[in-house]
Amino acid sequence: MINQLVIENLKHRPVRTCLSVLAIGISVTLVLTIVGLSHGMLEDNARRARGIGADLWIRPGGMQLGTGGGSAPFNEKLVPALEKFEHVALATGTAIYPLQFPQSIQGIDFEKFDRLTGGVRFVEGRVFRAPDDIVVDSEYAAERKLKVGSKIKLVEREWTVCGIIEPGKLSRIFLPIQVVQEFTGNTGKVSQIFLKVDDERNIAAVKAKLKETFPEYGILTLEEIVSLYSVDAIAPIKIFIRVIVGIAVVIGFVFVFLSMYTAVLERTREIGILKALGASPAYIMAILMRESALLALAGSLLGIAFSYGTREIFRILIPASMQQKIMPDWWPIAAAIALGGAFLGTLYPSYRAAKQDAIEALAYD
Amino acid sequence: MTNGHATAATPDLMVEIQGLRKTYRVGEVDVHALRGVDLNVNRGEFVAIVGPSGSGKSTLFHILGGLLAPSAGTVRVGDQDLAAMRDSERTNFRKANVGFVFQKYNLLPTLSAEDNINIARHIAGKNGPPDEFFARALELLGIAQRLHHKPRAMSGGEQQRVAIARAIVNHPALLLADEPTGNLDSENSDAVLDLLRELNHRLGQTILMITHDPEAAAFADRIVYMRDGHIVPGPSSTKAPDR
Repeated sequence: MINQLVIENLKHRPVRTCLSVLAIGISVTLVLTIVGLSHGMLEDNARRARGIGADLWIRPGGMQLGTGGGSAPFNEKLVPALEKFEHVALATGTAIYPLQFPQSIQGIDFEKFDRLTGGVRFVEGRVFRAPDDIVVDSEYAAERKLKVGSKIKLVEREWTVCGIIEPGKLSRIFLPIQVVQEFTGNTGKVSQIFLKVDDERNIAAVKAKLKETFPEYGILTLEEIVSLYSVDAIAPIKIFIRVIVGIAVVIGFVFVFLSMYTAVLERTREIGILKALGASPAYIMAILMRESALLALAGSLLGIAFSYGTREIFRILIPASMQQKIMPDWWPIAAAIALGGAFLGTLYPSYRAAKQDAIEALAYD
Repeated sequence: MTNGHATAATPDLMVEIQGLRKTYRVGEVDVHALRGVDLNVNRGEFVAIVGPSGSGKSTLFHILGGLLAPSAGTVRVGDQDLAAMRDSERTNFRKANVGFVFQKYNLLPTLSAEDNINIARHIAGKNGPPDEFFARALELLGIAQRLHHKPRAMSGGEQQRVAIARAIVNHPALLLADEPTGNLDSENSDAVLDLLRELNHRLGQTILMITHDPEAAAFADRIVYMRDGHIVPGPSSTKAPDR
């Protein structure tokens, strides 16, 4: 019977009900989108790291993921020296030039990069030939509406797209390594070095030898690199998500509070009727709590649906910059956040309703 | 009717009030709404309480309905001593011991007539089908065809019949009606008053009705007059004229 009353009450004020559901839905969308972006972008990075095909990465010691922009601490002569290590089949260095987040230009030795990755597949065009040639991946090309022959301005220079490759290999924008070394002022230096080992059973031994030889360098296996591309491994992202969750709770709380507070004022007389019939304070509170719980659940479903919408928007507008993952694991968490906000927002209005004087409420017009 | 304050009551008395006083504090002034009311209502009696505004009849109505605590005196409805009850006990008392009929009907606008009746049963903790008493009452009320309508789709007379049905669905010891015809035209007023009398005569429902209207009061078995917080002798005894 309470459920019947709750549903009828919600139907009785469709605009307020819809606005409340929309507000809660937006806060749920906010959570699911931010979490989905965090996971999606990290997974995209992990996918591209795997796509390199390297068994070992050599980076400056202490370098964090997504940093190291423009710095090139290794002498490029180290690359052929590393190739001479036992069981190292291939070594190649790249020079990084960071662009606006999350993009960067990777300066590569195309011939070696092609071998390392097991073959770069061109969707369109060819490798660099002219000094202003640039290669991009198909997702970046889609985002920037580029074709072979298109002009693109990066680093204060105009480049001509000579080739578009399939995505999933290290970066989305590639130039010859010498070009990047030149405009970063790091001629003869590289930012990181990738190694291919002759047999995966030898990876640990090669790593140990390298650690012994270059104790100041960060030497990581592919799996170690990939494991770093997780939300749990990156403290600022965890904090960021917590902040967003907090904001979502506050949004849910404020909207539900206003909605339920208005509802209690509007229904003063009805609350008086229920009290005259013998409804206890707990009965009155249960009605309002169930009402806000229903709003929160409907808002959660709407938020989940909206998160598919935001994913599509990112996919269509900026497929290379933002990758949102749909996060079913987070649906119950987002719903719990919405319910928590709604519960907090209903506490005071329902307490006020429960404490209302029945005689005064019945006299209310 | 076991509410924790059951007392030995005279078998034929449904309402027993002795020395009832109610004083409100308004700002720094004490307002004496009831100044020592003594009133007995027999089981199965239909009593009208008539008096001008400020006479204390609404306060008496609220105290008898368990909506208000008395300041002093004894108030028994059936075997329940309302004067000794706490708020929560009076809430429990209201669930099944009294039924209210208000001037403005006071139906829940979002629910159908049937659900307005059902919610009274739900609050009283009764979930099964209504008893034989209510089936007969529903027959008398003549609203069977309108039960699925919401209040806004019903006339005032129909709404008041639904309100009466809701008031008696739990078979209360006492039906309290506060100006039940105050918002109705004369035709619907007579119909509602006839219904109250039928409920009283045929089903033995004890009714206490507050009214300004002498014609409405004439439907009762007995008329009690109030003035300035007292029960006073009426202009022509306390026996209602025959109708």
